[in-house]
Amino acid sequence: MEPTASLGGQLYTLISLFDPFCGPVGFLNLLPENSLLSCGDTGWGDEVARGFFVTITLALCSLPIGLTIGLFLALAQQSEVRSLRASANIYTTIFRGLPELLTIFMIYFGLQIAVREIALALGFESGFDINSFVAGTIALSLVFSSYASEVLSSAFKAIPAGQYEAGHALGLRPGKTMRLIILPQLVRIALPGLGNLWMILIKDTALISVIGLGDTLRQTGIAAKVTKEAFYFYGIACLLFLALAMASSIVFSKIETRVRRSGVSR
Amino acid sequence: MSAVAELIPPQPAPPEALRRWTKTRVTGAILLSLWIIGGVALVLWLFAAWSPDKVATYAPKYLSGLMTTLTLVGISITLGAVLSVPIAFGRMSSNRLLSSLAYGYVYFFRGTPLIAQLFLIYYGFGGFREELQAIGLWVFFRDAWNCALFAFTLNTAAYQAEILRGAIESVARGQHEGAAALGLTRLQAFYKIILPQAMIVALRPYGNEIILMIKGSAIVAIVTVFDLMGETRRAYSRTFDFQTYIWAAVFYLIIVETLRNVWQWLEHRLTRHLKR
Repeated sequence: MEPTASLGGQLYTLISLFDPFCGPVGFLNLLPENSLLSCGDTGWGDEVARGFFVTITLALCSLPIGLTIGLFLALAQQSEVRSLRASANIYTTIFRGLPELLTIFMIYFGLQIAVREIALALGFESGFDINSFVAGTIALSLVFSSYASEVLSSAFKAIPAGQYEAGHALGLRPGKTMRLIILPQLVRIALPGLGNLWMILIKDTALISVIGLGDTLRQTGIAAKVTKEAFYFYGIACLLFLALAMASSIVFSKIETRVRRSGVSR
Repeated sequence: MSAVAELIPPQPAPPEALRRWTKTRVTGAILLSLWIIGGVALVLWLFAAWSPDKVATYAPKYLSGLMTTLTLVGISITLGAVLSVPIAFGRMSSNRLLSSLAYGYVYFFRGTPLIAQLFLIYYGFGGFREELQAIGLWVFFRDAWNCALFAFTLNTAAYQAEILRGAIESVARGQHEGAAALGLTRLQAFYKIILPQAMIVALRPYGNEIILMIKGSAIVAIVTVFDLMGETRRAYSRTFDFQTYIWAAVFYLIIVETLRNVWQWLEHRLTRHLKR
């Protein structure tokens, strides 16, 4: 199944344009026609590559949603208002305490039941199925946001109160202080932690294969079942995840040097 | 002689500042009441949906699933701790070959999803049936439970090796020098000086690792091991009753929260001498 959510779909098309596996300059094209990983109908190269792009798309879709929710959660945890703090803490306790797999199942089946009940209440039969890509994005965003809130709120604590006071003294409104003074410093402090969370997010995407999304693990699994070369194909899946982890760590160290350059040297 | 001719008479306490309903307070109240309404609705629903024969059928299964989860995690954490020691020392070794081997191991197991590792072992090793039978290991790898145990042990060993290495390297250099100056042998210095300090640093990450393993162990349900998650899936596929998942969530939350609080208490207790 391919991601049909419109934004996810567009992102997916954009990513697969730069296909290094079976695209115009794909290295798998160099393989002989009848090998296991060659592109086209004879091999599994293109199927596995498609799964790989679904994995990346899923992670890239969950990241901004999770970060946004996480930021609001961190702000709520900072707040002086006790009820706000309590509600944020309930959220993080639940989603940090539940196994990711259970969260995924609960979102997937729960949403399906909810949609059916609402449709019945409105008086029409629903033949609408929850897309596993959408359910996966929601579940991963919930999990990611609760972890991100911890990273961000410890970053908030590292920013001295003088920064807020300076913003106030300059006559900036609280929203503007946040945007112009606090957030740029926050990014710098929180970046290593967020990098770790991104790695965890990539690994968690593999769990979405159990609700039927054709990601790396599912596609390699299908190939393994058909060809009976399970070790080979699951090995390929592991290597793809490793490659993704390596690429992310390179990108993150680039971003970190870039962000640090704009910082004040102390 | 005092310059003060008359004392200020005692004053009542200033009136309490009026707590206004600011936007944040309203938001907080709304969110919290949503949680409370949700929680109460959930409890009422569970109460309404309570059926004695379902409980009689599935409660023992849930408990046995819970025991399976705890056994699996307990054994793999223990075996992983044993396995992590040579890996951590390999990582710290000055021998190029040893350290890069250990690094490769750790990088592989931390860089790939646990579920992919489990599939690699459970389905992948099935392809080497003849070879495994020849060396008599097929009996072990035939069973999903053993495969899960094997995969979890290897995985947690990599994470624990990093925890151990980080903790040992966090002990200041002066501690090694102090031990050497006292004439302790390297082994004595390690057991009496380095390890106790390292273990305090490692305490919190170890707790997190156990919690991560408990949460991660849910994936064994996919390879037909009936742990808590597996029993939940089986119960759901028979009853199509969503409360099966709610109960699993309650169980997992209880385990994780209990463990977290026990660990907090343990840490508080073990670092008493460091508090000022």
